[in-house]
Amino acid sequence: MAQRVTVTKTCKLYIGGALARSESGRTVRVTDHQGEFMANAALASRKDGRDAVVAARKGQVAWASATPYNRGQVMYRMAEMMEGRRAELVQALRDLSGLSVARASREVDLAVDSLVHHAGWTDKLATVMGSVNAVSSPFFSYSAPEPTGVVVAAAPAEHALLGLVSALAPVVAGGNAVVLVTRAEAACVAAVLAEILATSDLPAGVVNLLTGHAAEVLPHLAAHGDVNGLDLTGVDAGLRAELGRVAAGTVKRVHVPRRPFDPEAAPGTTRLRAFLETKTVWHPTGAPSLAGGSSY
Amino acid sequence: MIHLDYAAAPEAASLGRVRERYQMFLGGEFVDGHGPDLVSVNPSDETTLSTVSSASAEDVNTAVRLARTAYEDVWSRLSGLERGKYLFRIARGIAERSRELAVLESLDNGKPIKETRDFDVPAAAQYFFSYAGWADKLQHLGYGPSPSALGVAGQVIPWNFPLLMAAWKIAPALAAGNTVVIKPAETTSLSILVLAEIMADAGLPAGVVNVLPGAGDIGAALVGHPGIDKVAFTGSTAVGKRIQTELAGTGRRLTLELGGKGANIVFDDAAVDQAVEGVVNGIFFNQGQVCCAGSRLLVQESVAEELLDRLRARVATLRVGHALDKNTDVGAVNSRAQLDKITALTQSGVDEGAQRWVSPCPLPETGLYVAPTILTDASPSMRVSREEIFGPVLTTLTFRTPEEAIAKANNTPYGLSAGVWTDKGSRAMAVAGALRAGVVWNNTFNRFDPAAAFGGYGESGFGREGGPYGLAAYLDTDDEGVL
Amino acid sequence: MTSAITSSAPSPATQTSFAGADSASLRDVGATAASLRHFLHGLAPVDPVGVEQRAAGLATRSVKRETKRTLIDLAISMVDLTTLEGADTAGKVRGLARKAVRPDPDHPDTPSAAAVCVYPDVVPVAVEALAGTGVKVASVATAFPAGRSSLEVKLADTRLAVTAGADEIDMVIDRAAFLAGDYLRVHDQIVAVKQACGTARLKVILETGELATYDNVRRASWLALLAGADFIKTSTGKIAPAATLPVTQVMLQAVRDWRSITGEQRAVKPAGGIRTTKDAVRYLVLVHEVAGPEWLDPHWFRFGASSVLNDLVMQRRTQLAGHYSGPLYVTVD
Repeated sequence: MAQRVTVTKTCKLYIGGALARSESGRTVRVTDHQGEFMANAALASRKDGRDAVVAARKGQVAWASATPYNRGQVMYRMAEMMEGRRAELVQALRDLSGLSVARASREVDLAVDSLVHHAGWTDKLATVMGSVNAVSSPFFSYSAPEPTGVVVAAAPAEHALLGLVSALAPVVAGGNAVVLVTRAEAACVAAVLAEILATSDLPAGVVNLLTGHAAEVLPHLAAHGDVNGLDLTGVDAGLRAELGRVAAGTVKRVHVPRRPFDPEAAPGTTRLRAFLETKTVWHPTGAPSLAGGSSY
Repeated sequence: MIHLDYAAAPEAASLGRVRERYQMFLGGEFVDGHGPDLVSVNPSDETTLSTVSSASAEDVNTAVRLARTAYEDVWSRLSGLERGKYLFRIARGIAERSRELAVLESLDNGKPIKETRDFDVPAAAQYFFSYAGWADKLQHLGYGPSPSALGVAGQVIPWNFPLLMAAWKIAPALAAGNTVVIKPAETTSLSILVLAEIMADAGLPAGVVNVLPGAGDIGAALVGHPGIDKVAFTGSTAVGKRIQTELAGTGRRLTLELGGKGANIVFDDAAVDQAVEGVVNGIFFNQGQVCCAGSRLLVQESVAEELLDRLRARVATLRVGHALDKNTDVGAVNSRAQLDKITALTQSGVDEGAQRWVSPCPLPETGLYVAPTILTDASPSMRVSREEIFGPVLTTLTFRTPEEAIAKANNTPYGLSAGVWTDKGSRAMAVAGALRAGVVWNNTFNRFDPAAAFGGYGESGFGREGGPYGLAAYLDTDDEGVL
Repeated sequence: MTSAITSSAPSPATQTSFAGADSASLRDVGATAASLRHFLHGLAPVDPVGVEQRAAGLATRSVKRETKRTLIDLAISMVDLTTLEGADTAGKVRGLARKAVRPDPDHPDTPSAAAVCVYPDVVPVAVEALAGTGVKVASVATAFPAGRSSLEVKLADTRLAVTAGADEIDMVIDRAAFLAGDYLRVHDQIVAVKQACGTARLKVILETGELATYDNVRRASWLALLAGADFIKTSTGKIAPAATLPVTQVMLQAVRDWRSITGEQRAVKPAGGIRTTKDAVRYLVLVHEVAGPEWLDPHWFRFGASSVLNDLVMQRRTQLAGHYSGPLYVTVD
């Protein structure tokens, strides 16, 4: 019997909850680790970056106004969707990097578990990172974490899937929206991730995926006046310092890891905390009535 | 003029999938116990709902042994993340079978479907979901990098929120790494046994949770069992005291969540219509069968008459009826014994000089119903001001100054909850600070969340459930004498 | 000791504490700016979370079968069928009038709507089309929707509609004056318009979306009632948010309390954003439980809406036929 002709996938950008080609119309020829053609993946431009930031800002408003429980449920849903797409992800990782089934499966395990882990953080940030402050004056004072807003993150080159997930999970768990940039070669992995995000009840724009050249896209995003944070984990050392300088122009919160990315290491809280602001509020308390005397 | 009657809107009882007989859940299996069968009655119409196989003292021994084995061989060897994933599955399972659980709970307990559907069951799912996320984050509690579980927890829960109390007990215990033997109330064993099914379907390893239906004697056997490392009890203060007495000197850890006589304090500058809602919710939610009920209304004298007029007008609109009618606001009380107790205590209030107002609402002809009742002109010395009625009966006292309100609110051996109604933020904060109650609700009432601690002062018990505090109760956090 | 079950009927004379007035003193409240301000700022506060919680709780009422059919018919009879567009021609208005009289030509026993609501210059068209039908003609006035013109112009606008035969006038309050704290100005404008109405009933649109807080909605409601409004109405429908259940709840509490104090019943009209039968039924449940069954009458409660009428007709057909209806079975007039 003749072999069936398959339907190949178009790998697009994921912006504002929709899968779209680059506004520039450019693509990159993506091959598997053996050089076989896989896809013409969309190549993100500066303007795609700009559009992604607009979408992220809008999405972040909706995301931050959801309850922490709801955010946790959505992130858990992402884990459910990813677990269900295990086979497809394993294949995409193997095509990309020639990984063994065991190693590719392990990466998917870790990615799903990272989503589960971060889903469990959403309603605990205030508990662990906030406080009621024992001030020495007749006031009730608390300090609570709040999301910083829109974060741009570059995913590490190796660990195409886990790099993306470990960049997005802590940012999103904190109530932020994220624009993720990953190299175009990983487009087929990114495409599956986009589909997972699109089926997870995530508000449009909370996560945006751009496949493109870091050196081309990131400087504009680092300078962008409506981006609050920058995660340079996936950026080469040379580019890091330059992007950090550019980001200083708008006093962005810049995260640079101190250690190389270790997929087996526990996620920790550094990236979670890097993109949280702390708000301290004071409210008078004092004595309930005159009988209590003066508070001062 | 149209009189709206809201044609009967019953949720189908069949959705509850009530079985003729329920079995214990022991070592991952549903098995017959060696105790006498319990009969579950539907309080809405006093018909028989089902029978439940109960445990004997020997079954308690077996359960504790199986829980210990499960702890040592399986549960304590799993990472926090893996434990958490079981709990996430259970949370999802509850959400998926939420309609079934809501109907079953309403049939078994008598509480309105509106409450089980919109509160009890979703809250139970949320507790499991929230604690699932703690399982791999214990190092963030402030008890060191790797706090360990206590071992096997013995838990006894009451009939007023059967499924939710099961969630409040089981979820943190498992998240912290313990295994559990739990005894539901003898009049309400059904929903927890469906929860057991959900846990089994989630693949929870055998013996991690064991559910033993039974009466007070089985509860006593469980909490007194030497093989238990930690006891958690929610129920009456009288039984709580007996348990504390028995455990004294044994070194076994104990948390108690007991009764209350919560004060709902309304100041003259309150948002009056919302205060009325808060008072109504405080005493008529769950038919007043809530440990943290706002069962004492403390109203500032200058606004008392008007508040009470509005309150009576509002209470008269509450619909008392069958639990499965979606428009029922107040359902049946849980048992005849409870109904008799409520009636007797209310009468004592009248006998001691309080004025009684009873809602003119119609009551169903069969079933265990008490019409919403408001007692006014009560004094602090009356039994109705001091003793927990555990029914839809509100005792009203007045005050003149904030100090007096606080003094009266605190004038009780209990200390579980209080409500404060004022538009002035500083007064809300100051009064909250002065009240000896484990939970203070400012301009609201009956708000619960797995992230927020809940528990009492004094004879309302000790220990907290919810939040990191609830988790700490199931961990070995004793660092005294350790460098 | 004998037990005494006290009467549950509130006595009007005691309704002084939270509302801050009794029947006699209310008459003088609008006399000066200071007394009006003192009164409005002395009203009991509204807690937004509590209001919204109660509204959400009432929205879970399950209304079925004969009660649902009754409420659908009641809702239809309460609709002020509205068209307020720059493009409203005489033809459009005539079509709307026909629809108001016979919402469902296949079921002539369907109630008529309460009124048709249009701009002043097409009132004559509506009056002619509705003559003898019992359906009222309501007209917006006072430089609707923004209300930004002189009092002279607003009164002329009102007289235009009244002279042309409008039965009801839907005026807008001066929100700029309200938000600037010039309550007396708002009050006196309403009094003047009420006078210009003659025998026409006056609906006072608060434009709650611009008032922005429930406390302001409560104050504006009382202000309008003091000034003589027959109806207090939520919105023009031209901005968002328009009517919501919690906002309407606050207004229903105002008319309920007004009646407790004065013995007078006044009416309420939510407008804008009421699209489905489900919405309409929720409002009627709110009316029933917050104000009381006496308000379940087109004289005391209206819906300012257009598209909801077709949904009500479709649901009515569904109740009769036992299967879901479809949009092709209702007319677009």
